[in-house]
Amino acid sequence: MTDHVAESHHDAHDSHDSPENIKKEMTRYIGVFLALAALTGLTVWVRFSLDLPEHQAIIVALIIATVKGSLVAAFFMHLLSEKKLIYSVLILTVVFFAVLMWLPVHDVLDKFGYK
Amino acid sequence: MSADGHMEIPFTVDSRPDTGLYNGKLGVWLFLASEVMLFGALFSSLILIRTGAAKWPEGWKELHVLPATINTFVLIASSVFVVMAWANLRLRKPQVARMWILATLLCGFAFMGIKAYEYSLSFHHHHFPSTNNFFAIYFTMTGLHGLHVLGGMIVFGYFLTKGWSMYDHEPRRFTNRIEIVGLYWHFVDLVWIFLFPTLYLL
Repeated sequence: MTDHVAESHHDAHDSHDSPENIKKEMTRYIGVFLALAALTGLTVWVRFSLDLPEHQAIIVALIIATVKGSLVAAFFMHLLSEKKLIYSVLILTVVFFAVLMWLPVHDVLDKFGYK
Repeated sequence: MSADGHMEIPFTVDSRPDTGLYNGKLGVWLFLASEVMLFGALFSSLILIRTGAAKWPEGWKELHVLPATINTFVLIASSVFVVMAWANLRLRKPQVARMWILATLLCGFAFMGIKAYEYSLSFHHHHFPSTNNFFAIYFTMTGLHGLHVLGGMIVFGYFLTKGWSMYDHEPRRFTNRIEIVGLYWHFVDLVWIFLFPTLYLL
């Protein structure tokens, strides 16, 4: 079984591909799923139970969404242990994404008199 | 070049020495980078339109939060099903993996069915893309996201049927394919994680 598993995945992850490690990963996936489900419930609860002012509601909702997104990226997309080239691609993506977001953020700051 | 004269695609299983990755994985990450820009542009537009509007409808009053919440759980579940399929392929348990892929596909059908129901409720209330900017951006973003779900479903459907035969003669390559489509599917889930609060709850 171990031999099968050792050759079942690409070279880079061989050391992590023992059946024991894969089973640990699967347990972790269930944990992440439960965390994501709880955070989804929290998002809805915050919206309908706390009656926060609009700007606070936006900030809280985006913080929870960012935590959920980070869990998906870190565990399901394996970004906790990826190759440097993937991180390089993502850093470049984040830079261009920031440029995209600069215009609306600039507009929001202007609207609320922060300029 | 293979024995039958066909050109073989390099590094579909083993990692390239210079990148440390098999080619498909690098390819899908580059594709996802372009997808970030696609959805990023729409999120940027949403913020601009919303902050520029004199009055902006509250999503939870105009849209249908319950079906959207259920869809959030459906997509989260489907994401964990994909990684379970991938893990079981690495454990050389193909039939268990196949069950998880089927479960993922069923989640896709559930998501699209619930989305269709939600759209029908909006149409029933005479809310169309032409109604106002809120519904225009709502239908654009959720429609584009739905197309991505549909694309993933087509790929999962292929791997469950005709594409499954690859497992019999190239199990490692097939396992990598499931990892790749899984990365795409998680990205689709990630987009929804941000769409849900920004459109439905704020």
